[in-house]
Amino acid sequence: MSVLVVVECAEGEVKKSSLEVASYGAQVAAQLGTTATAIAVGGATEANLASLGEQGITKVLYDAEPRLKEFSNNAYTKLIATAAEQEQATIIVLANSNIGAAVGSRLSVRLKASLATNVVELPKTDGGQFVVKRGAFSGKAFSNVVLSGDRKIIAVKKNSTEARHEAGKIAEVVSFSAQLSDADFADAPTKVVMQEQAGGVLLPEAELVVSGGRGMKGPENWGLIEDLAKALGAATACSKPVSDVDWRPHHEHVGQTGITVSPNLYIACGISGAIQHLAGVNSSKVIVVINKDPEAPFFKAADYGIVGDVFEVLPKLTAAVKELN
Amino acid sequence: MKFLVCISNVPDTTTKIAFTPDNKEFNKAGVQFVINPWDEYALTRAIELKEAAGSGTVTVLNVGEADTEPNIRKALAIGADDAIRVNAAPQDAYFVAEQIAAVAKEGGYDVILMGKESIDYNGFQVHGMVGEMLGIPTVAPAMKLDLSGNTATLEREIEGGKEIVTVNTPFVASCQQPMCEPRIPNMRGIMTARTKPLKVIPPVGEPARTTVAEYALPPKKQGVKLIPAENAGDLIKLLRNEAKVI
Ligand SMILES: Cc1cc2nc3c(=O)[nH]c(=O)nc-3n(C[C@H](O)[C@H](O)[C@H](O)COP(=O)(O)OP(=O)(O)OC[C@H]3O[C@@H](n4cnc5c(N)ncnc54)[C@H](O)[C@@H]3O)c2cc1C
Repeated sequence: MSVLVVVECAEGEVKKSSLEVASYGAQVAAQLGTTATAIAVGGATEANLASLGEQGITKVLYDAEPRLKEFSNNAYTKLIATAAEQEQATIIVLANSNIGAAVGSRLSVRLKASLATNVVELPKTDGGQFVVKRGAFSGKAFSNVVLSGDRKIIAVKKNSTEARHEAGKIAEVVSFSAQLSDADFADAPTKVVMQEQAGGVLLPEAELVVSGGRGMKGPENWGLIEDLAKALGAATACSKPVSDVDWRPHHEHVGQTGITVSPNLYIACGISGAIQHLAGVNSSKVIVVINKDPEAPFFKAADYGIVGDVFEVLPKLTAAVKELN
Repeated sequence: MKFLVCISNVPDTTTKIAFTPDNKEFNKAGVQFVINPWDEYALTRAIELKEAAGSGTVTVLNVGEADTEPNIRKALAIGADDAIRVNAAPQDAYFVAEQIAAVAKEGGYDVILMGKESIDYNGFQVHGMVGEMLGIPTVAPAMKLDLSGNTATLEREIEGGKEIVTVNTPFVASCQQPMCEPRIPNMRGIMTARTKPLKVIPPVGEPARTTVAEYALPPKKQGVKLIPAENAGDLIKLLRNEAKVI
């Protein structure tokens, strides 16, 4: 019995969400009285993998097959399934990302495992049941789900658990091969296109987010949003109508039918706070709303608010951040 | 080309979520159910691709009890040719995937489409399970889908970018915007939908692997602290010293 943690890497580094997943896995292992092993995908340096020891991982399996740098659901499924068999893993933990959750769903069938995605807390294992809490109804509720069977797969939502850190601890990096062949990569991408990021912060991974709605009046005013985001080191986002009319790219659209974010801070500028928008952002730790309408529904979901004109307020906030730094 | 489009029946996006007093079930009282918004992309794109090819069929599939039929008829009104309802309450993603895989195998479908996830249970699981059950590729979540002969070119969203993926039929894709502009039914569609075939079949397979023990609502916010617009800068100090998030 062991816990297997899938860590996603990019450009040599372990992604932040995967550091959270690694500490989650290590804590589950401690709960069950066993150890946590990681399997790395996406290409990372050995030193970065070894430092997963800081999250409580004892061993990291690494397959040097170069094609594993890009996501292939078939190849990743086989890789992780092979590692799970070798390690006799009964719990597999992944990030609830477009990679982790996608491969988790195939794995659950291959390994005859029960699966919970969008998980926000450590499991409860008292009373002989294995129960995880997960987000449901597009952020409007949670469900406590009983996972049955000998094997379980958990996809952990970003920024819902903390990445633990015990400086200086080192994991053993062990080379591993799942004997992948050409056929396993049949669904590999032919091309990968990365977005230009304002200020270089990726929205899905961001801890701070500055978001604009229709109240921003037009794309030409987004400099105000970007200036504040840059000063804070935040990512930028927008409401659905804003991306619908192409003021901003679709991948910035948050909400029920866009992406769900749960940053430490979400600053909403000129967004009314429709229920579909709130669904995508209401698990943010702190919500700030700037709106000239004191009756805007968003104020009911906010921690801090300014009733005022975004065009006057935003420059003041940016100046205050610069002063603070 | 034979398209199979899986649709689920979900509470309208404006629904205030509430549960039964024991918190074991979603309280359906007074709730309006709609076709899952993500599934509308799958449905419209399948119809568009069929129209562009000038041949083929679009079958909609729903796993649900009889109360989902109005939304199945709506999908027929939007332009699907026929429909299948697996007569069972959807227990979990695995159970639903088993039903879809069985129908797909039986009917020999080339392209199996569905929405990225359902907006009620937010699983993002069914596509991969169906693909694995059938031993065919899955592309999820797909933002774009084009077909040329038996080869499909898709754009898959990844965190911070997209991948271009080429797969041969049969395959599974889970769809999201901006794949197409979802269609709404017109009068003629509504009329013809009434007589289009809707087959009801019993469920198959093993029992569900997960069960919901209890639902819970998020904790209520304490109430908003308002900062006068003239002193907007004070907000930043509060975020640093009080909320400690910057
Ligand atoms: C099926 C469905 C799914 C949906 N999914 C989503 C989703 O995922 N995400 C999403 O965001 N929406 C979604 N919506 C749309 C949602 O219902 C709202 O229409 C949308 O969120 C409103 O966007 P907004 O707040 O930017 O614009 P508005 O509602 O127009 O609000 C603009 C706000 O800006 C304020 N304002 C104007 N000028 C200023 C100024 N100078 N200074 C300060 N404040 C100002 C106004 O007071 C107002 O509150 C969905 C709708 C449906 C039907």
